[in-house]
Amino acid sequence: MKKTILILSAIFVASFSFAQMPDKFVKAMESKVAEIDTTHTAQGFTDLANAFERIADAEKNQWLAYYYAAYCNASAGSLIGTGGDMMTSKADKTDPYADKADKQIGKAEELMKNNSEIYVVKKMIATLRLLGDPMNRYMTYGPEAQAMLDEAKKLNAENPRVYILEAQDKYFTPEQFGGNKEEAKVLFEKAQKLFETFKPETSIHPNWGRSQVAYLLSLYK
Amino acid sequence: MRPTIQILVFILLICVSDLLSAQTTIAGKVTDKKNLLIGVSITLKDTYDGATSDSSGKFSFKTSEKGEFILTATSVGYRPFEQTIKLEGKGTLTIDIVLKEEVTELSAVVLSAGTFEASDKKRAAAVLTPIDIVTTASANGDVTGALKTLPGAQQVGEQEGLFVRGGTAEETKIFIDGTLVNNFFHSSSPNIASYGRFSPFLFKGTVFSTGGYSALYGQALSSALILESIDLPDRTSASLGVSIIGVNGGYQSLSKNKKSSWGGAYSYTNLAPAFAIIKQKQDYSQVPVFHDGDVNFRIKTSATGMLKYYGYFSKSRLDYTVNSIDSLGYLDRFGVSNFNTFHNLSWKEKLGKRWKMYAGISYTLNQDDIISGMQDANKNDVVLDTLKLKTFDLDLTSNYFNGKLIFERRLKGISVIRFGGEYNFSDERSGYTIYNGQKFDGRLKATIKSVFTESDIYLTNALAAKIGGRVEQSSLIDKTNIAPRFSLAYKLSKQAQASLAYGIFYQTPESRYLPSASAANLVFMKATHYIAQYMKVTSVRTFRAEIFYKKYDNLIKTGLVGGRDMAINNNGFGDAKGFELFWRDKKTIKNVDYWISYSYLDTKRDFLNFPYATNPNFAANHTASVVVKKFVQPWKMQFNGAYNYASGRPYYNIRFDGSKYYFADMGKVQDYHNFSVAFNYLPSIGKENAKNFVVYVLSISNAFGIKQVYGYQYSYNGSRKEQIVPPSRVFVYIGAFFSFGIDRSQQTVDRLF
Repeated sequence: MKKTILILSAIFVASFSFAQMPDKFVKAMESKVAEIDTTHTAQGFTDLANAFERIADAEKNQWLAYYYAAYCNASAGSLIGTGGDMMTSKADKTDPYADKADKQIGKAEELMKNNSEIYVVKKMIATLRLLGDPMNRYMTYGPEAQAMLDEAKKLNAENPRVYILEAQDKYFTPEQFGGNKEEAKVLFEKAQKLFETFKPETSIHPNWGRSQVAYLLSLYK
Repeated sequence: MRPTIQILVFILLICVSDLLSAQTTIAGKVTDKKNLLIGVSITLKDTYDGATSDSSGKFSFKTSEKGEFILTATSVGYRPFEQTIKLEGKGTLTIDIVLKEEVTELSAVVLSAGTFEASDKKRAAAVLTPIDIVTTASANGDVTGALKTLPGAQQVGEQEGLFVRGGTAEETKIFIDGTLVNNFFHSSSPNIASYGRFSPFLFKGTVFSTGGYSALYGQALSSALILESIDLPDRTSASLGVSIIGVNGGYQSLSKNKKSSWGGAYSYTNLAPAFAIIKQKQDYSQVPVFHDGDVNFRIKTSATGMLKYYGYFSKSRLDYTVNSIDSLGYLDRFGVSNFNTFHNLSWKEKLGKRWKMYAGISYTLNQDDIISGMQDANKNDVVLDTLKLKTFDLDLTSNYFNGKLIFERRLKGISVIRFGGEYNFSDERSGYTIYNGQKFDGRLKATIKSVFTESDIYLTNALAAKIGGRVEQSSLIDKTNIAPRFSLAYKLSKQAQASLAYGIFYQTPESRYLPSASAANLVFMKATHYIAQYMKVTSVRTFRAEIFYKKYDNLIKTGLVGGRDMAINNNGFGDAKGFELFWRDKKTIKNVDYWISYSYLDTKRDFLNFPYATNPNFAANHTASVVVKKFVQPWKMQFNGAYNYASGRPYYNIRFDGSKYYFADMGKVQDYHNFSVAFNYLPSIGKENAKNFVVYVLSISNAFGIKQVYGYQYSYNGSRKEQIVPPSRVFVYIGAFFSFGIDRSQQTVDRLF
């Protein structure tokens, strides 16, 4: 009996969440969202970003489409901006992605306020700006990235993606600049633990990051 | 049960196949005529369908929509493409898309002839950021010190200011947020260069024009240094610094909504401890003491508007003697106490879709009390009969007001037109008391009114022109001028560009030579600039080569009138020509950023009391700088080194024989070399969420103690000459800086020196 109620209520919640989403939208999103965890190249993320943007622009009132478009653009930009040294400015290459992502996450936020996931992407964008020209930007975008992360955590301390970003910062920052692989490991493990109980609201709500955590934790072995 | 499912599957299959048969394939390739374009987003408007062009510029997608639709293609840097297509639910539609380049600020050619521009956004690698300035070893934390490592500026060490391309320091004007700054430097002492009053961290953008600058600025024959102050700080913070030359503290508060901020800072500089260790040529009865304070507020007036106020107060004094060159056993005494206050209020706002407005006013009050005289060996003031004119007291009080208003209207694309006006008012009073108590008072009030217009026209991303003009009216000489300005830039490749600039620049004769003798009908001094530049900029390297020719006309000539040099006519003239090279590289050597600059200058002029046209004493033929910065991450140490070179400058003894000036003596000083090093230790760098930040600094100027000679000075009767050298050969600076509440090294590096 208990089980039935649980299932029923789950179905109810799910159908409520889906209520404002047209079927066609959910189907299109599902197929694209599924691609996220298997995409590892800038070109791949650009393709996905464009696909989400098409859906977003056609629907105009679905924050998730804008959210994913921004997330994919930020990911594409980050892949392009990674590597090279501190002195080098790559802003001319990375800023166009940050600009696009900025616009899209802004639209997402207009439709969905005070959402932890949106702040996660905002944090990614701030980090992407920083990556573009570390020497000249770390005083501006370093604190901004931190502020976005703090806000994301404040809105939902159980969001595993918050800890993935925090862990990645720790993992990829050189030790002299405050990086610490052991501390990163603790955070990755925390994210992994949160994923065990994390249930996305619907099949197309943010649920990415599992494979990243698994991959990065595998590097410790 | 079973058959039902089979039927359902069957129906489903029919539906699917029906769907499949009703699809249209849209395929093609995207180019910009010349090249294939990758990553272009192709969309069937208002549907989910579309694709992204692949690495060969091709795209293909299927759609089950039918009817008329708009196909769009978008890519950063290109104008959006739209085409109406008709979908019939079958077959393949082949559409080859040609995108047109969009003229954008990021991709367009830069109107760069004559200028070094550094701003937070654009081409950051090209020039100097605040960090670059404080970490340039030879700059000693001074804005102009760092600019002297760029081509075009001279290594003049006996006097403050920027001597650009054969011009005097007075031919360079400095602007903060658009308005003229009248006392950029602390009060000067004979043969000692004083420092700039303003911290490099006040500015986010620097444009150093060594010629051919914009019509928005005027009254500078050679050069304009255009500084743009920072907007809102990143967060609330406090800072504290302790060094061998003084202490300082500051506080900046950012409002909760991040729309406004206020702050203030105070610094006390006392050179007694430093001078106790580092022996000075001068014997100070009052070591230099400075009290500098500033206050500021900044308010975001709208999404794009910003109102900024900066107020500065300073009090300083010094008094010293040196062995007199005129009379053995006696001392020359010089003392100056100064009060200065500077206030700058600026407002920029977007007015509607196409219009922008910039408004700024500034006010300066500067008071100098200068004492000159002689002392005997026991430091008693004396007046020697033959040298009695060396004893005097000079009180100077100056008031300056500057206002500027500019409107900008956006034209097609990123082309703009600007126009506006400028008003400069000065009221300079002098009280000159000579040895016997006799007093001479002077007062000079003047206004300069200007109007200007300028248009940046971007014809394509590759070709742009700036055309402008300026009209100035000077009350002092009661004349009006018209100064045209023109520059052109052409993009040769993605990273390389060529530019040309031409312009006429006027300047009112300096007030210190006025009022003119015998009501001479003075006119504006005039310089005509011709500049050609080649520049190649990538994100990590900059190469810039420039050749220039500058012609001077109507420079003022002076004569001795009542023991004073006074303007007598505009018969002076001159020219300057040369070439300059600049190379900056942040990539080749890991974690090393270096730049090299070289300037060749050939200049002659006849001005002031020069008997005839010759190479002036402030212009070296060859000037070069090498600046190196290396950050060693494991040690959290930054090593900065700089080497500055200038070939020997000429020196002259100009004397008056009762009817005319002549060169009684002349020669060339030895070449100038300066090696400076600085070490910054940043132990807290990278500590996560470090609320406090600390920087330790050790810097050594002229580390090898190489003898530097700037020129010669002559005794009153011309029989003796003496080298003009720096107050000490080597200077060592040690300091520690803390900032609280933020993780931001810059704030603490602030006011390093």
